[in-house]
Amino acid sequence: MFKKIINKIIEGFIKTSGWVSSIIVLLIIIFLFKEASGLFNKTPLEEGYMLVVNKKNPIDKLNPDQLKNIFDRDSTSWKTLGGMNADIEIFTVEDISTFYNDSMIGENMSNLPWCINDHISKTENVISYFPEKYLPKNFEGKILHLDKISVYQFLKNKIWLPSARPVSQVGAMPLIISTLLVSLVAILIALPIGLAAAIYLAEVADSRIRTILKPVIELLAGIPSVVYGFFGLVIIVPFVQKIFNLPVGETGLTGSIILAIMALPTIITVAEDALRSVPKAMKEASLALGATHWQTIYKVMIPYASSGITAAAILGIGRAIGETMVALMVTGNANNFTFSLLKPIRTIPATIAAELGEASYGGLHFKALFALGCILFLITLMINVYVEYLSGKKQTK
Amino acid sequence: MKKILSLGLIATTMVVALAQTAGIKVKGSDTVLPLSQKEAEVYMKEHKGSSITVIGGGSGVGIAALIDGSTDIAMSSRSLKMDEKMKLKDAGKDIKEVEVALDALSIIVNPSNKITQLTREQLEGIYTGKITNWKEVGGVDLAIVAYSRESSSGTYEFIKDHVLQKKNFGTSILNMPATGAIVQSVAQTKGAIGYIGLAYMEKTVKAINVSFDGGKTFIKPSVATAKNKTYPITRPLFYFYDKKIETQVAPLVNFVLSKEGQKIVSEVGYIAIK
Repeated sequence: MFKKIINKIIEGFIKTSGWVSSIIVLLIIIFLFKEASGLFNKTPLEEGYMLVVNKKNPIDKLNPDQLKNIFDRDSTSWKTLGGMNADIEIFTVEDISTFYNDSMIGENMSNLPWCINDHISKTENVISYFPEKYLPKNFEGKILHLDKISVYQFLKNKIWLPSARPVSQVGAMPLIISTLLVSLVAILIALPIGLAAAIYLAEVADSRIRTILKPVIELLAGIPSVVYGFFGLVIIVPFVQKIFNLPVGETGLTGSIILAIMALPTIITVAEDALRSVPKAMKEASLALGATHWQTIYKVMIPYASSGITAAAILGIGRAIGETMVALMVTGNANNFTFSLLKPIRTIPATIAAELGEASYGGLHFKALFALGCILFLITLMINVYVEYLSGKKQTK
Repeated sequence: MKKILSLGLIATTMVVALAQTAGIKVKGSDTVLPLSQKEAEVYMKEHKGSSITVIGGGSGVGIAALIDGSTDIAMSSRSLKMDEKMKLKDAGKDIKEVEVALDALSIIVNPSNKITQLTREQLEGIYTGKITNWKEVGGVDLAIVAYSRESSSGTYEFIKDHVLQKKNFGTSILNMPATGAIVQSVAQTKGAIGYIGLAYMEKTVKAINVSFDGGKTFIKPSVATAKNKTYPITRPLFYFYDKKIETQVAPLVNFVLSKEGQKIVSEVGYIAIK
């Protein structure tokens, strides 16, 4: 009787654990996408601020790129933006005291909106941004409105500078390219080495060497990634810099090399399992027909295990794509838009890890980072679905 | 059941006891955080029964907490912004600003670099990505590799405001997760330039003199030049509090400003103001 109850309890516990974990995963995904979707009904202008020009200014619309150039003083004339023939004058609230003295601004800055209005209406070539609540009652300037950020723009734009003021630059393109490039090259480095090691372990090595080698390789997976990061920074970075004679050693390639080392255990273990699952009968038939050991391996065993080996490679990519700490430490984290492996780059996980702590909760930057998280999630989801598909195919063979 | 009840009782009495001692809450800048923690630790050891809670989060977070009254002292690595002043006034608070320490940043290069001095304009060119070769600032023909801290760091904002005059960092600038990583990278990269807190200076890198007056005078970064404020990349670290509760927070503030408190400032790696 008592035993029965205990059994029931255990059964119930196992059942609920399964359900609870599925629900938690689902909730996390919903949370991720909900936060990210908020990005697309915001404009890139800093929240609570207005962007204004003089009423006589013919310009009605400026895009984020143009605004960045204006506030970086790269565009200095309205003419280049299709406007009047005059220099651009930037005016912010902090500058107010250079135009108006304290008594004009008033006690408690009560007269500030009036001063802002006065200065903007008097200065034809001005562009200004200030908090919405200082908006004067009878404002005589022109308020510029920015378009909301679109999914297309988010994916296509090439500048990632969410901390830019007053207009954030959120372009995910360089980050996506860098992440895929680094992971792909990592797998190109790791696959031949991993496959060779798997063949050695499965076919060539005798059982005594195997019992030593296997745990050592598996130990690689247990080293904390920050240790790999330091190793990379101190050893691989100067190495890459010298070999290729580069000005800087923190590059995409450096990241790829370390990620390749980190992906090795996954690749070796999965590929070795695939090679071991080749039926003995096939192997023996090949040997009986007079094929040598090597011929048997690359003509019979590898083709038979090919779907398993592909799965190993893809799981390795998955490991590399999501890796944060190493990417943060050795790839340089520059916002370069580049297809070159020998330049500093910045991956999605490193960006999220480095910036989430600073982004204000619920703000534009915060939501943009969640949108990056969604992209990463979709990439790994695709990888997992593909692995499932491959292993399903193998079973029906 | 009894156990839970008694535990609950103990917990309640503890909470009540804590509330009764009326501790001082200090919140804000992560730059000032290690300093305040150390100061609070020593202060509490010397004043039995006092309680100080120190929480980080950033200068903006601390000042926001001061506005809504959830902290007694706000730590900040910058002075109050215009809109913060407005909000504090709206909340009926008369704020006292106390400078507790100084933080100076050194511009560092690789020791093999012949350059010994740069102007603010040149630094701005380098960090906005307009100057890309050392020969443009009087050095050898070598590409410049500019290292910066991540944008979550307080020093990032400081450099952006004071050296770049609020312009944005260029896209080719490398962002490092920690000061140690910058030192390591600058030490092993010939064309490197970076910035670190004065206290983190090491022999493997070389600090350069900077000029903020267009090249008339170049100032060497040191404790002395930071203290007399001739070194331009120096920022004060502040405590802000409402004058109404001065009697409550004064013992702690006075301790930080005392000889002993200022000794802790130097130990933590900042520059004492006295």
